[in-house]
Amino acid sequence: MKVTLKVWRQKNGSTPGQFVSYEVDQVSEDMSFFEMLDMLNNSLVRKGEEPISFDHDCREGICGTCGLMINGRAHGPLKGVTTCQLHMRSFSDGDTIVVEPWRARAFPVIRDLIVDRTAFDRIMEAGGYISVRTGGAPDANAIPISKKAADAAFDSAACIGCGACVATCKNSSAMLFTAAKVSQFAVLPQGQVERKERVLNMVAQMDAEGFGACTNTGACEAECPKEISLVNIARLNREFLRASLAG
Amino acid sequence: MMKFDAHIPDGPLAEKWTQHKFNLKLVNPANKRKYTIIVVGTGLAGASAAATLAELGYNILAFSYHESPRRAHSIAAQGGINAAKNYPNDGDSIFRLFYDTIKGGDYRAREANVYRLAEVSNNIIDQCVAQGIPFAREYGGLLDNRSFGGAQVSRTFYAKGQTGQQLLLGAYSALVRQMHAGKVKFHPRHDMLDLVVVDGRARGIITRNLVTGEITAHVADAVILATGGYANVFYLSTNAMASNATASWRAHKRGAAFANPCYTQIHPTCIPVSSEHQSKLTLMSESLRNDGRVWVPKNPGDTRAPNDIPEEDRDYYLERIYPSFGNLVPRDVASRRAKAVCDEGRGVGATGKAVYLDFADVIQRNGRQWVEDKYGNLFDMYQQITGENPYEVPMRIYPAPHYTMGGLWVDYNLMSTIPGLFVLGEANFSDHGANRLGASALMQGLADGYFVIPYTIGGYLAQKPHDSLDTSHEEFTKARKGVEDSLKRLLSIQGDEPVEELHKRLGRILWDYVGMSRNRKGLETALKEIPALREEFWKKARIPGREDEFNPELEKASRVADFMELAELMAQDALHREESCGAHFREEYQTEENEAKRDDEHFAYSANWEFVEVGKPEILHKEELVFENVQLTTRSYK
Repeated sequence: MKVTLKVWRQKNGSTPGQFVSYEVDQVSEDMSFFEMLDMLNNSLVRKGEEPISFDHDCREGICGTCGLMINGRAHGPLKGVTTCQLHMRSFSDGDTIVVEPWRARAFPVIRDLIVDRTAFDRIMEAGGYISVRTGGAPDANAIPISKKAADAAFDSAACIGCGACVATCKNSSAMLFTAAKVSQFAVLPQGQVERKERVLNMVAQMDAEGFGACTNTGACEAECPKEISLVNIARLNREFLRASLAG
Repeated sequence: MMKFDAHIPDGPLAEKWTQHKFNLKLVNPANKRKYTIIVVGTGLAGASAAATLAELGYNILAFSYHESPRRAHSIAAQGGINAAKNYPNDGDSIFRLFYDTIKGGDYRAREANVYRLAEVSNNIIDQCVAQGIPFAREYGGLLDNRSFGGAQVSRTFYAKGQTGQQLLLGAYSALVRQMHAGKVKFHPRHDMLDLVVVDGRARGIITRNLVTGEITAHVADAVILATGGYANVFYLSTNAMASNATASWRAHKRGAAFANPCYTQIHPTCIPVSSEHQSKLTLMSESLRNDGRVWVPKNPGDTRAPNDIPEEDRDYYLERIYPSFGNLVPRDVASRRAKAVCDEGRGVGATGKAVYLDFADVIQRNGRQWVEDKYGNLFDMYQQITGENPYEVPMRIYPAPHYTMGGLWVDYNLMSTIPGLFVLGEANFSDHGANRLGASALMQGLADGYFVIPYTIGGYLAQKPHDSLDTSHEEFTKARKGVEDSLKRLLSIQGDEPVEELHKRLGRILWDYVGMSRNRKGLETALKEIPALREEFWKKARIPGREDEFNPELEKASRVADFMELAELMAQDALHREESCGAHFREEYQTEENEAKRDDEHFAYSANWEFVEVGKPEILHKEELVFENVQLTTRSYK
């Protein structure tokens, strides 16, 4: 099949960008979206043109490196899927596909479709951990944890930190990302000691990075490739209120 | 002349590590803060080492070519992590985990290292639970275990099919905590392009900032490489796209011996290649072999749909050949058997290069929900890639390059042949011999990072007082210049072939001649074709852009240039090892039942190679392996 791509090209963060159109022919429906871009890039290299820069690594939906806005949707048209797992069978011959980077003030563009998401690391630095040193941990079965709590913690911990929640939110809010980490530790006994400081510090850092406030519309949940639930945000709000009131 | 003293402590196997820890010199807390340690790579091994060393008080400079430590390829490990906890009460012990690992590696690993690995495995689980890692649990609240290939006990801890992700995020959480405390300075999007050796000791590295192209020298008292394996040399592998051998290879060219490069693991359960454009292969966790049954049609040329083939026309060949281990034979055995049935013309799918992994029985026995709870994410991933629903039709799988047991040689202290250069995780050669068992890579990465290096590096530093060396030293200036020149040389080629195409061609040579089974003739062919391709690379590659800007094609070219050299060493090593062991299968050396035939009399050693110059054969040094606690037997999984 043949598709037309309208791709955002931007040399770096300090120069303006623009859409550039490319025709890509001989696309097979078994190709992944990135393999289609690889093919286009190789043809650009052969012609002596600059290939399109995009972030990607594991290509199996777990590292969280990739993330494109495809036709206005984070990670493209499918639900519960990262860009790297999107295959061309989701498109039709003759389609025009618009490809953009994540757009958010806290994610400045590095080049073309690549943005800087280190703001997420700084939110984690503010409290996304349990302060245990290596060594001296008690036996792993010393504290039984209910399967329900462990499963709930896992569901939150499944976040891959790709930033789709921010990109899809009209306020560019990082609530779902932050809430997932706060929730993981809030439901586990290991997380209780630092529970209050954690939520206050992580939320403060989230605000400092320039992410917007939650819109309560749930676009983040709808577009999250790991289907992290909005329940996490509800829990974060409760944790925040509790920590603020308890002082 | 290189020396290969492994510095294995004296005494009984079970007491070596405890005694060694006591004998190691200590650095007092006030002195620790004077020392700086460079950690390259922040996956499981690197992040756990950086965090733990920072907790101890050292200053850490950490580097990754990723934007964040959480992107490291450790994140993609699926099935689980082994430990000798014996929680299921099924007869496990530290000695049994040690024994299974040594045997699984086909008796080509060092006893003392493997025993230590088994010994600290239990601490890892304790540590991870304390960090809040949500391992799978039973209804009573205790941790759940499952079984994996090469073992007859259930000792694998897991978090659905995302165990690597959860363990990496745990190590990452420990790391960010130290970043916040100012003890770790993390450099994202930095490629290490050379190692700096001053007065015979590793004292720093040269990096390229991948965003700005800036080349910088960094000085330290010791350097740790935790930069992963080199399976991407095959182009198509289960590794992430950026996984590469550059840090290890450049250290090798500076004097670190490379051990057993031909030990490359071809994982049996991957989604088969579907087209020319394929950029990578995706693993389906080995844990699926717990509940899935592997089969092919009994007769060649049977083109019926899998569900139309009746039981009597199916060959569950692993269960048939290996009744006691069945579908859970080790990876090397499962891969080789899959290749054999496909070579007989019994392979399935459009290309005939696949076998079925069938879940119909377990779905009937335990219900679809049960399978979904256990393997849901893997089934979804399979469906995304192939467009087929594995709950209804059997998965099609085929072996793919996955992990490399070979790597930089290290002694018992994890120090390479360059004093002050330590190597952890998949980047070293130490624990898996000629074949790694499932769920042991996560164990080794975290053992090295959390529980081994924090002790052994102290023993080294305690004998080397901190000095005032800085990057104005001529070795730093020279190394920096060398890096700048090599990048300019790449950009000056101006050919017309994309680097990726050249890399694909290298991968095909390796897959054909240095892949799942090897023979003299093929290896000799590879030794001709690889240097020829390398020459072509330096004439025909086309790398656009400049060196002083963000340039992913230049990054790729610099990595592929190293693969072109490493590939030759792999073939040289495979040719010299005239025996079959583990993942290294030489067709000339097999039993009547087509199993690997070892030659312990002549090859019970690790082959450690010393770099001479590009295009010249490397020099072989042997470290004889001494087995005092296990008997070398022919591995049998029947």
